[in-house]
Order: sequence, then C-alpha cells, then structure tokens
Amino acid sequence: MNKTVKNADEAIIDIGDNVTLMLGGFGLCGIPENCITALVKKGVKGLTCISNNAGVDDFGIGLMLKTRQVKKMISSYVGENAEFERQLLSGELEVELIPQGTLATRCMAAGYGMPAIYTPAGVGTEVAIGKETRKFMVEGEEKEFLMEMAFDADFALVKAWKGDTQGNLVFRETARNFNPMMAMAGKITIAEVEELVEAGELEPDQIHTPGIYIHRIFQGSNYEKRIEQRTVRKK
Amino acid sequence: MLDKVGIAKRIAKEIKDGYYVNLGIGIPTLVANYIPKGMNVVLQSENGLLGMGPFPFEGEEDADLINAGKQTITTVPGSAFFDSAMSFGMIRSRKVDLTILGAMEVSDNGDIANWKIPGKMVKGMGGAMDLVASAKNIIVAMQHVNKAGESKLLPKCELPLTGVKCVKKIVTELAVLDVTPQGFRLLERAPGVSVEEIKNATLGRLIIEGDIPEMIID
Repeated sequence: MNKTVKNADEAIIDIGDNVTLMLGGFGLCGIPENCITALVKKGVKGLTCISNNAGVDDFGIGLMLKTRQVKKMISSYVGENAEFERQLLSGELEVELIPQGTLATRCMAAGYGMPAIYTPAGVGTEVAIGKETRKFMVEGEEKEFLMEMAFDADFALVKAWKGDTQGNLVFRETARNFNPMMAMAGKITIAEVEELVEAGELEPDQIHTPGIYIHRIFQGSNYEKRIEQRTVRKK
Repeated sequence: MLDKVGIAKRIAKEIKDGYYVNLGIGIPTLVANYIPKGMNVVLQSENGLLGMGPFPFEGEEDADLINAGKQTITTVPGSAFFDSAMSFGMIRSRKVDLTILGAMEVSDNGDIANWKIPGKMVKGMGGAMDLVASAKNIIVAMQHVNKAGESKLLPKCELPLTGVKCVKKIVTELAVLDVTPQGFRLLERAPGVSVEEIKNATLGRLIIEGDIPEMIID
C-alpha cells in the first residue's frame, strides 16, 4: 500500500481552519519541521495544537504562533517562548497545561482504542479539578486516580528518521519521544522522514511504528534540527 | 552551610548500587557528577532514555540526543531509547527507584509545590506531577529559606501543589530531613550550622531527637 506523497504541501492539503492537530517532538527534538513550514505557508487559522511544548520564538510551533494561527495549545511545558507568553497574557491564546505523562498516555489511549485512562498524576492538585476520580488498590494500599480522556485529534503530524513507502517508521534516539503515540492517535496521520526508502528496505524487526497508522508519508527536506540547549564539555 | 554542589554531593550518598534514578533540572542534575565510582547506576531521562551519559565533547553534539532539560547529552554503554508513554509507564509502575527534584515549598506531610507561582507566567509542570505521584522514593533538593529569609519547609504549602504526601527526604543548605507522619525529622546538620538555626528556618513541625550529627561531605 503506497502512502507516499510528494511533499509537505501535498501532505497537508486537507488541513483547514479550526482543526485539532497533534505535533510530535520534545522541545525542538523530533518535530515535524516541514509540515510546520507548510502550515505557515498555507495560513490555516484557529488551530488547536496538542504538543508537549510550543517551540521557541522563531522555530517549531513558535512559527505558527507568530502568524497567529494557533487558537489553543495543549502542552506540558511552554517556557522559552516570549511571543507565546505575550499572547497568553493578552488573552489571544488559550492554553491547557497537563502533566507530561498524562499527555503521552492520552495519545496512547487514542491509538490503542481506549476511551480513557486512570493516572495518579495531578491527584490533589488543580489538575484534578472537575475530573472523575476513582480509588484502586495498588501494592496493598488504596490510591486515588484521575480519569483522563483519550485525545481526539483530526490530524497527527510526526517526524521519523526513516520510513518506507508503506508508512513503516523508525525513529532515532530521543527524537522518538511523542511521535509514535501521536502517529497512532491521529484520525489522519502524516509522517515526514529524513530518509524515505522502498518497502522491504527496512528490517521488519526494527520498525517502531507500523504503516497501518500512517496515511501519508513524504521525504522531508532542509532539516535544520536546531539544538535548544547546546551543552558540551571540553576535551 | 552547603552550596549547590554540597547539596548535590550529600544527595549522591543516598544513591545505592543498582538504582535507576531520575534527576530533575537544576541541583538534581549536578548529582550525576558525584555518584561514587564503580557504582552501577542508570540515569533515566523522561523524554525517552535509560543510560544517560555526560555532556558531549565540543563538536560532537547530536540534535536527536537531549535530556529532559533539552540539553545535548551522550549515552553510556547499555543505554536504551523509548517513547514518552513507555517512559512514564516505567515511572508509574515504580521501576524507577529514586527521583530527585527541586521544590519551591514542601509541607511537613510531604506535599510538594514546584511548578506554579500565582501572578507569574506559568510554564507548565512538565513531567513533575507524574514523577511525584508515582515515585517510590523522592528526595527534594532545595533551599531551606527563600530570598526574603522565609521558610520553605511549611506546615502547609501556600503555592499550588504538584503532588500530595510524596516527599520522603529533603536536603537543603542547612540540613537533611526525613518526612514522617509526625513532621520533618532532623537527621543531619550542614557543617557549621546549629540545630537552633535549623529550628528558626523551619516553619513546619520539626522533630529533633538526641544529638544531631554534622553531615560528612567528601
């Protein structure tokens, strides 16, 4: 089953205003750079973005914030972005902060066909306000859990290291992060890869995300792969 | 009184051979530098790595290889990468033996506040709420008092909570304390710090029993 499309513009062709998007990546690591560039070019507005972070001022989701394309961010951590802060304080942007593990698991639940999960994260904090709770016995102790719903996203945009024409994906190092679970969670999932190969060239045993979850795949170009915090030691 | 390195060195003594450890941002990150040589410890980074190594040498940074603070890092032999759901899965199912993180406030029943200050820009909780809700052992590295000289070890946290009844031990510039059902139990004093000074800097219930030894820092 060939899932390949020519480029990012073609991949996002049916993404319109006011849709909910999932975007893979942790910080600027493993983000769908080409799709973000294409969305900025297309100028779609009113987007709800589910992504662990919101990029920086001039890169990643920050590019879509600058052009006021984002209506709402659902993230676990949104620091390092002055434009984000300005829009949040002025009320132009809505933000929902949720624990990182809850974010990952709500994506996972969607991909596994489960409507909800129970997690201890946020019990007794403001995250729990208005949520259904339930007690379970854990290691001989009664413990409270929050019910958190699976995400419902129109599109998931993910970035992999390698992929084949069938949509099978292989990620590299910590650029994997949220990409596999978001790939599974989107109603339509678009994968951009650094290297697109023919079906059969990837080792089936090494595939992280099977192609069944991927609707479109394309060979990305001009990856910047910007480093957010360059930390080194001297030789 | 301890400096940040002193706090990190003292916390490193809590790490045992065979531990899987998650280190938070700030002082906790420094703890990695003082894990005794020869000890088999695996560092977990919640963005998807077990076996985190030191920062890379100049010119060897890899944009795909970062820690939870988004810093470039390396791996050590035997490391493994995984996705974010699995990462928090191993945290939630208590496979990670020890979590070390910073705090703005801790209460004497073990509640912790470290993610939000009302009126200031809120950046988010990241993985902190997941970590504190699930970790079997949480050690907090923090300053005993804030810049205004007010205690951060309180009867009740004033800031929005990150988690409830979860902190087990606290290491500050003044002392090492356990969190017990009766309150903070003073275990050790920092070099040159008196019990009286610790009492004055602690607003929560403080248990002082017998002679309190001075900590030994190499």
